[in-house]
Amino acid sequence: MDTMSLLMQGFAVALTPESIMFAVIGAILGTLIGALPGLGPANGVAILIPLAFSLGLSPTSSLILLTSVYAGAMYGGRISSILLNIPGDEPAMMTCLDGYPMALKGKAAEALAISAIASFIGSFIATIGLVILAPILAKFALKFGPAEYFALFALAFATLGGITGKNQFKTLMAAAIGLMIATVGIDISTGVQRFTFNTLELFEGVDFIIAIVGLFAISELFFFLERHAGDGLKQVAINKLKLSPKDIIKVLPASFRGAVLGFVAGVLPGAGASLGSFISYTVEKRVSDKGEFGKGDPRGVAAPEAGNNGAASGALVPMLTLGVPGSGTTAVLLAMLISLNISPGPMLFQQNADLVWGVIAAMFIGNLVLLLLNIPMIGIFVKLLSIPPKYLMPIVTLIASVGIYAVSHSALDLYFMVGFGVAGYIFRKVDIPLVPIILGMLLGPEMEKSLRHTLVLSDGDWTALFNSGLSIGLWTVAILGLVLPIIVGPIVRAKMAKSKTATKGD
Amino acid sequence: MLNTFSMKSILISSAAALTIAGQAYAYEPARSAECIAPANPGGGWDFTCRSVGKVLVDLEYIKGNVQTVNMPGAGGGVAFAHTISKRDKDDSLIVAASTATTTRLAQGQFPGMNADQVKWVGTLGADYGIIAVGKNSKYTSLTQVLEALKKDPNAVKFAGGSASGGWDHLKVLMTAQKAGVENLPKIRYLAYSGGSEALVQVVGGHVDAFTGDISEVKGFMESGDLRVLAVLSEQRLPTPFDGIPTAMEQGVDSIAPNWRGFYVPGNASKESYDWWVSTIDELYKTQEWKDVMTKNGLISFHKSGAEFAQFVENQTLDIRILSQDIGLIK
Repeated sequence: MDTMSLLMQGFAVALTPESIMFAVIGAILGTLIGALPGLGPANGVAILIPLAFSLGLSPTSSLILLTSVYAGAMYGGRISSILLNIPGDEPAMMTCLDGYPMALKGKAAEALAISAIASFIGSFIATIGLVILAPILAKFALKFGPAEYFALFALAFATLGGITGKNQFKTLMAAAIGLMIATVGIDISTGVQRFTFNTLELFEGVDFIIAIVGLFAISELFFFLERHAGDGLKQVAINKLKLSPKDIIKVLPASFRGAVLGFVAGVLPGAGASLGSFISYTVEKRVSDKGEFGKGDPRGVAAPEAGNNGAASGALVPMLTLGVPGSGTTAVLLAMLISLNISPGPMLFQQNADLVWGVIAAMFIGNLVLLLLNIPMIGIFVKLLSIPPKYLMPIVTLIASVGIYAVSHSALDLYFMVGFGVAGYIFRKVDIPLVPIILGMLLGPEMEKSLRHTLVLSDGDWTALFNSGLSIGLWTVAILGLVLPIIVGPIVRAKMAKSKTATKGD
Repeated sequence: MLNTFSMKSILISSAAALTIAGQAYAYEPARSAECIAPANPGGGWDFTCRSVGKVLVDLEYIKGNVQTVNMPGAGGGVAFAHTISKRDKDDSLIVAASTATTTRLAQGQFPGMNADQVKWVGTLGADYGIIAVGKNSKYTSLTQVLEALKKDPNAVKFAGGSASGGWDHLKVLMTAQKAGVENLPKIRYLAYSGGSEALVQVVGGHVDAFTGDISEVKGFMESGDLRVLAVLSEQRLPTPFDGIPTAMEQGVDSIAPNWRGFYVPGNASKESYDWWVSTIDELYKTQEWKDVMTKNGLISFHKSGAEFAQFVENQTLDIRILSQDIGLIK
């Protein structure tokens, strides 16, 4: 009941004209960003963070804008999957399997509409899950002392690669790079300067927003330059929408199952949206009657879309309650919260109740906006897909640079951004994942602090790290998270590849 | 633009010297001003700039607008360096400052810079320091905590939202020193990246005591999860905090206001400095500003002009000596 009244207060915040405006803007931008191949949700949010800062938006408005972008990107990802057979972002990969065949059969409009509805159901159910689960977890979080936090951070790093991660070694290497960057600056536990070379700009360390924009957005620009992809991509023509209520009812069960599975996958740290859509698709294939999966079955579009949108909202649960992000994009959102001087975790629900519940309520509204946007206005987004990247990428770069400079008024930050861009390009070339680098930068200082605090409190006794049931439990999951992918990973990946090639051979 | 203004202001000021002092200000402020908040949006300095800027414009002290520019870095060091190197003569620039600024200046954390390089305008309120424990703590007064520390400096561990050697840490050390605790460097302080993070640890029973400011503890005090043992102010604070005893009542002469105020560039014209000082004086008395203070948990603390400059000098000196005593700096 308490939660209900808080949620109602949240709606009071979310229904102000200002909030609605930012939700709509975010939804439109997000869909656009998601639809364009290459610019995933993490990129989209990363580029817009500095912009939100430089516009001087309040924390609530910024967060509403960026969560809408996040949700919108999850919607948008499906558009290019269906029309171009190129996923707009990684989680939308599974949507290609049945979406593109549907489009080839002249049912592109239906596929887009069904996936929009499924996305809506996925987000909606997962947001309800967030409402129920987050406050429970937030209360529980008071039990987290430094030792438990240390175990939790270890868990976050251990499960980083996730079940679908390709190379555990490279993931660990990336995390180590992030941890190394994180050591720059004044160490708060001792007040000692580390690697600052007496440069004032380095005293507070390397700003992770700059790292994120550089690593993700600027490196994308370099990739574009390399490909010389000057022209728009060839796409399937879109037909007139002919969708009966019966068609919608037919995909409802698939959407609900996908939503729940996606949410669970999202809450687990490290699993994320890709796994959410993958599980939803495979489960759906097994549960449903035979159908024509892989050849354009509407349920094959609905399940993964509901799954990846569900996972997107699910990933917000650990980020908001414990300050440990469950996915790349939530890591980016976490960086923004910290930059706004809002510390995520249990206190967020106590001290910034307006903000949290406002944002959650805004997610419901944004979701509705997205559904309305994505059915009648789909034609506009489709048109935008044909904008040649040669116009698009300079705009993205411009927005990123202006945003970064406006935050700090420091040209040094721009050099850093370009430096990270070059580094990001090299890392991606050699298949070093970028998300662990960001997580290393974000969580590294926290992890170090927790370890030190544990040892100060126990007067130097290392066994304090394993002294409570909670911390032992977390350590166990962490070890499983590190070991399981090595055993189970190849099997899951083989299956994913198999279902993909099966479609390709069509 | 600026030149014509300063020419004008020189002319007016020589004329004004003959007129009756008081109402007529010699200096006419530029149409708009800039306030540098040396941190990201959302923190204390950002708040100082934005709220002062808003009241200045609302009450038409400044005809145009006051633009807040965020310039994070080195805990205010980047903004300090920027002010003395690039804006040294700028008459329409103010920079937000607080105890954190003087602490870093005192400890030499802005390399090659010191407090004399800028002009200190004044303060517009303060957030007083407190020492608190969780509701299940065995300590019910500051005296008990200090007695425990006298026996064993390791007995009570503190959590706070500033870095080691920062203001929250210093408050504990100052209080302990005044109470006669020996071996100050042995007192354990756990640095968190924000007051709220430190509070959760104390409320959750993981750390013994919390050191911070009164505005940070309101929520947990009301819910009864936190017991505030002492406020480090000269007198008891206004309601709802009037139930908290001061440290002085408990026999320890420890006062720790975390003031909010401004400095202007070191070579800003005397006229503009005087204008800012008198404007801050007036602003402080307005109902609009009182409302801002109440809403944000600020408590009265006003010093300006020469008095404030002297205060900054004393505070810097005190902090330097204390930091040397406890081995934070050499």
